[in-house]
Amino acid sequence: MTDTLTTTDAAASATPAGIDALDALEAEAIHVIREVVAEFERPVLLFSGGKDSVVVLHLAAKAFRPGKVPFPLLHVDTGHNFPEVLRFRDETAARLGVRLEVARVQDYLDDGRLAERADGTRNPLQTLPLLDAIAAGRHDAVFGGARRDEDKARAKERILSLRDEFGQWDPRNQRPELWSLYNGRHTVGQHVRAFPISNWTELDVWRYIARERIALPPLYFAHEREVYARDGMWLAVSDVSAPRAGETVERRTVRYRTVGDLSCTGAVESEAADLDAIVREVAASTITERGATRADDRLSEAAMEDRKKDGYF
Amino acid sequence: MTDATQLLAPASATDAPASASPALDRAAGATSLFRFATAGSVDDGKSTLVGRLLHDSKAILADQFEQVARTSRERGFGQGTGFDFALLTDGLRAEREQGITIDVAYRYFSTGQRSFILADCPGHVQYTRNMVTGATTADAVVVLVDARNGVLEQTRRHLAVVALLRVPHVVVAVNKIDLLGFDEGAFTRVADDVRRVAGELGLADVHVLPVSALDGDNVVDRSSRTPWYDGPSLLELLETLPPLDGLEADAEAFRLPVQLVLRPQGGLAPDLAGDPATAEAYRDYRAAAGRIASGTVRVGDRVQVFPSGIETTVTGVEVAGAPADAAAAPQSVALRLADDVDLARGTLLAEAGTLPEGRREIDADLFQLDARTLAQGARVLVKHGTTTVQAIVAEISSRRDLDALTHEPADALAVNDIGRARLVLSAPLPLEPYALHRAGGSFLVIHPSDGATLAAGTVRS
Repeated sequence: MTDTLTTTDAAASATPAGIDALDALEAEAIHVIREVVAEFERPVLLFSGGKDSVVVLHLAAKAFRPGKVPFPLLHVDTGHNFPEVLRFRDETAARLGVRLEVARVQDYLDDGRLAERADGTRNPLQTLPLLDAIAAGRHDAVFGGARRDEDKARAKERILSLRDEFGQWDPRNQRPELWSLYNGRHTVGQHVRAFPISNWTELDVWRYIARERIALPPLYFAHEREVYARDGMWLAVSDVSAPRAGETVERRTVRYRTVGDLSCTGAVESEAADLDAIVREVAASTITERGATRADDRLSEAAMEDRKKDGYF
Repeated sequence: MTDATQLLAPASATDAPASASPALDRAAGATSLFRFATAGSVDDGKSTLVGRLLHDSKAILADQFEQVARTSRERGFGQGTGFDFALLTDGLRAEREQGITIDVAYRYFSTGQRSFILADCPGHVQYTRNMVTGATTADAVVVLVDARNGVLEQTRRHLAVVALLRVPHVVVAVNKIDLLGFDEGAFTRVADDVRRVAGELGLADVHVLPVSALDGDNVVDRSSRTPWYDGPSLLELLETLPPLDGLEADAEAFRLPVQLVLRPQGGLAPDLAGDPATAEAYRDYRAAAGRIASGTVRVGDRVQVFPSGIETTVTGVEVAGAPADAAAAPQSVALRLADDVDLARGTLLAEAGTLPEGRREIDADLFQLDARTLAQGARVLVKHGTTTVQAIVAEISSRRDLDALTHEPADALAVNDIGRARLVLSAPLPLEPYALHRAGGSFLVIHPSDGATLAAGTVRS
């Protein structure tokens, strides 16, 4: 990411007539990030090493350049994360000189505050460690990389979204968001979730990553991997995800469109080995990234809404 | 997608071949961003229009489509064979269960020319609140009218809100023209009514077109069933109307509300801090960071600072962290100045000679959005630009009757009311008439203890 932060070609030639959609989205995101930093005491960025949070971190680096990013990163580690993504997460934080806080679902399972689910997926278990980490860090604002195009419930989300002490989202009682005046006022116990790339689509994210040459974990690019088919997705063979009887392991060329929990994030067959190829592939895709790769979001039509109401992102 | 498409209502009679893939066009080149909002009354087919626009511009992907098709079948929509477009935009469980739209939903699609952000504003619950939310950021508002009903009370209200908020472009889609046999006379009667109301409201740029959202006539492609209409389709119109950002960048004086001051000192980015010479060069770095509200700024420009009035010269322009010669609305920038002037959050940088005066009173139009009534004498907060100050609602003088388009005396504003008020401020703000300057003339009225946004405000003069 560092090399992109010193280039000048992308914006130097900007003129009133020449502002394209990515420039406009970037300007909006940087405005949101600066507003939150100016108006809140202790912001934090939820950072998984996934492409969306990587883009938010890149935008934050640009927003405060030549200074460094003025808030820490927080990751809720399910214990089922891809090792190469965790490595990328740590290297990125170190390279940008930003502190990384990690909340571990495993700690909660070990001492009984959480129990493993029957289906083995740990995504819904992230909410409690997340809320505890927000309280412990006294974070009054939490940045996230969620986008409105990801899900129908997220399409109703505000850019600044107020949460109570239980982290709950009340979709029927949201503050209207007017002009570019963001109202971040909150009372004791409340915090705000801030989504600077709300208005970006998956294709915008990839076009921006390609334009800015932003570094990503390697599993976003086509690679060979031992996988097995389940629910119409390719799942990786790992310590926490193994084929059941009747599911056969094959070696396939795949890549990931989203990066989450190993046990429920599927890969797609792809030959897209570089950013330009990925942009072309995403543009031509006929299936949404969550539909293609997230078992947990297929649980029901309101899966995301229910998790969000409980304090999930 | 082929199977899914067959579930649709019969294709448009125009049967124009759709372009291969707008998304592919978009992968290839840069597009511009265009924001629009849709508004309509109950049952005028807005959800169908939005669904049709998304579907025909290839923004609905197969898994989303199949999910909606499955739910439509389960609910027996259209005798079990139809496709309920409303399910595409109604994102909340309560909305799907009750068949109503509660809150503004944002949708995204693109063509070779433009990336669109669509704010879909529900018409019947909290209509002013939703309309105001969608309209304040919109380059255009598409108002739906049922051709059989013509201009209704709610149409007048929608148009009134659009006029008061000075949305640059208004498109009135006269829907369900198929149910009137594509009759030119029926369309002309509605269009004349629309233009008369628009004229009363002082709306300048109004486009009226006949559509059938259900069949797709004049939505994406021009229809052969309305040969008497020679204007553009809805999408063609949305692709060609000039966006607000361009208008503001070109036509208005430079304004930058300062969000914060960048002064890295010891906290340089690691790639800069590593090299002693670079680190030394940034030792005294200081810049005003913000998003340009209007106009253009260049290195060498003379600017003035609010509230001090001090004049200085721009010595450096950085756009999103990178040096540039110039920048324009709506870019996020950092500006370095020749003199060490006070630049705290809440100051405003303006083109020299155009600095607005500080004012401690606002003659305002207020759009009441909160369910609690706003009464004369209320103590509130006002957020304007990057400043929040205490304020008192000193006087509420009238509320608008949006049906008769007249003013009636009032001393309080209930939810959905639009009224005229005078607010007294605890500190001077660089207010400008909303008619001349959107950012300088808009503000929020906020509850002083629970922080809720009570009202949207615009400066009258």
